[in-house]
Amino acid sequence: MSATVERPGRVNPLSRALSDAGVLAWRSLKRIPRTPDMLIYATIQPIMFVLLFAYVFGNAIPIPGFPGARAYREFLMSGIFAQTMAFAVASASVGLADDMSKGLIDRFRSLPMARSGVIAGRVVGDLVFNAFVMLVMVICGFIVGWRWHNGFGQALAAFAILLLFAFAMLWVGALIGLSVGGPEVASSAGLIWLFPLTFLSNAFVPTPNLPSGLQPVAEWNPISSIVAACRHLFGNPSPFASPDGFPAQHPVWLSLIWCALIIAVFAPLAVRKYRSATSH
Amino acid sequence: MAAIEATGLVKTFRTRKNTVKALDGIDLDVPEGSVLGLLGPNGAGKTTTVRVLTTLMAPDAGSARVLGHDVVKEADTVRSLVGLSGQYAAVDELLTGRENLWMFGRLYRLSSQQAKQRAEELLEVFDLTDAADRILKTYSGGMRRRLDLAGSLIAHPKVLFLDEPTTGLDPRSRLDLWQIIRDRVSEGVTILLTTQYLEEADELADSIAVVDHGSVIARGTADELKAKVGGERIEVVVHEPDDTDRALELLVGALGITDLDATTTDHHSRRITLPAPGGSSALVDVIRTLDGGGIRIADIGLRRPTLDDVFLTLTGHEAVVDETKEKA
Ligand SMILES: Nc1ncnc2c1ncn2[C@@H]1O[C@H](COP(=O)(O)OP(=O)(O)OP(=O)(O)O)[C@@H](O)[C@H]1O
Ligand SMILES: [Mg+2]
Repeated sequence: MSATVERPGRVNPLSRALSDAGVLAWRSLKRIPRTPDMLIYATIQPIMFVLLFAYVFGNAIPIPGFPGARAYREFLMSGIFAQTMAFAVASASVGLADDMSKGLIDRFRSLPMARSGVIAGRVVGDLVFNAFVMLVMVICGFIVGWRWHNGFGQALAAFAILLLFAFAMLWVGALIGLSVGGPEVASSAGLIWLFPLTFLSNAFVPTPNLPSGLQPVAEWNPISSIVAACRHLFGNPSPFASPDGFPAQHPVWLSLIWCALIIAVFAPLAVRKYRSATSH
Repeated sequence: MAAIEATGLVKTFRTRKNTVKALDGIDLDVPEGSVLGLLGPNGAGKTTTVRVLTTLMAPDAGSARVLGHDVVKEADTVRSLVGLSGQYAAVDELLTGRENLWMFGRLYRLSSQQAKQRAEELLEVFDLTDAADRILKTYSGGMRRRLDLAGSLIAHPKVLFLDEPTTGLDPRSRLDLWQIIRDRVSEGVTILLTTQYLEEADELADSIAVVDHGSVIARGTADELKAKVGGERIEVVVHEPDDTDRALELLVGALGITDLDATTTDHHSRRITLPAPGGSSALVDVIRTLDGGGIRIADIGLRRPTLDDVFLTLTGHEAVVDETKEKA
């Protein structure tokens, strides 16, 4: 009548890790529709950014080499996409800090499950969430007049890069969430450093318009590389202060390198943190 | 074989402000099929002990084995053999009762079908079938606790760790939970449970270890401990604060109490407690003595020994609440 439990060791560790991540991802997805306010805020914020930048600053920020009123909106959307994906950090950090403060992390750690399972499940769940937010932004972008010009295939590649970036940033968020004291701290600790990072990039202001000392920083910034890769793939205006530099010449490669680097550094750190995480 | 064996567990926490020796050489030995009650006040080190024994935390020194497996070196094996129900119900607030149990079942490596079936069984046992499809946010504290406990039983663990399973429950839910725990005992499960209530340890445990400041200061059966404490006690509250000392003096003489350490007086609440070997007959003596001395009584009664009494007797001080422990 009752089920028996397989002892660990009989199960192949990889299939175990995947199955545990799957169960935890199922959990994250189940939770999304049950916290509708979170979903609403997560989509309203980028919509507000689109409208504010497009209509308030749009006319005040010229795009070098691309005259016309529409140019800024074409330029803007990739910046907003990348910024929103970067802010995925917060959903992972708050989610995990919340699980930790509720004692759930302790419970998971007391189960014979894979060490990566809880974070991986969280990351996958949040990724689906962010894909949805992105869909809302794409629609919003279409309404304000943004278009892609290099065909659907290239646009799809751009979206894939954006989600890869979100995936990478979620591991950063996981590390933060498991390191801080509680969900409130996790939300500010997850976001505070992202503001300088996004504003010191090409996301909202063309780098040629920045002070020359900041230009190289802004052009090598990982966020800028994601933005530039998207602009390149969408066929949107993508001005560079140094058009012969690596970031300008190989935006897609640079964005992939950045994502790989972030994952390679933060995924192991987050899993290591999880192993020793305590809920006090 | 001992189901749980711990020797010389030490765990020190360093925070920016201070250093706390949460465990200072804990030794435990729980025979298979028995129940050990770990009794202690806030901050005694109960939760830390449980965390070490359930592999959540490695000790700084000492070692522990559960069913013969080292909790550090064979942590994964230990995890698959034990069930843990932590001090705060650790369940997903946004999942339903059924979903929570299914999830835990899957994480214990049951197939989806097996996990479903096991969830059904447990919901039945814990009387949660009616609430099975409600999200946990809508559960009462007692229901949450029951679900949490159900989650720890999914894999039919041979050893169960329960950290303050009934704290915060109303008397009715507490009795229900006691029954559930007794049922596990009758199935032969070994249980280590922590509690702040002597009464609870008395009710459920075969033997009790009293912990204070990270070490075991006394062990024995509930009866042995109570014998040490001296059974029932009389509690008198006098009317005038100035009368407390004189009342104690009169009573010590009249009842022939030789051990002054076994009495307490508190001027603020005008309360005196005394050992009452004769039970209720001593009550009459107390009333007569105080009346004869012209001291007015505001309240008087017999009460069973509490954790405080045990502490008072064992350590000479009351069970001190460690303020640093309080969760922010
Ligand atoms: N992660 C931690 N960091 C710092 N100090 C800790 C940590 N965990 C426990 N402590 C300290 O260790 C001591 C023992 O704590 P523990 O939680 O084991 O006590 P307890 O007996 O379970 O108390 P309670 O009845 O309040 O649950 C306390 O002084 C507590 O402040
Ligand atoms: Mg505790």
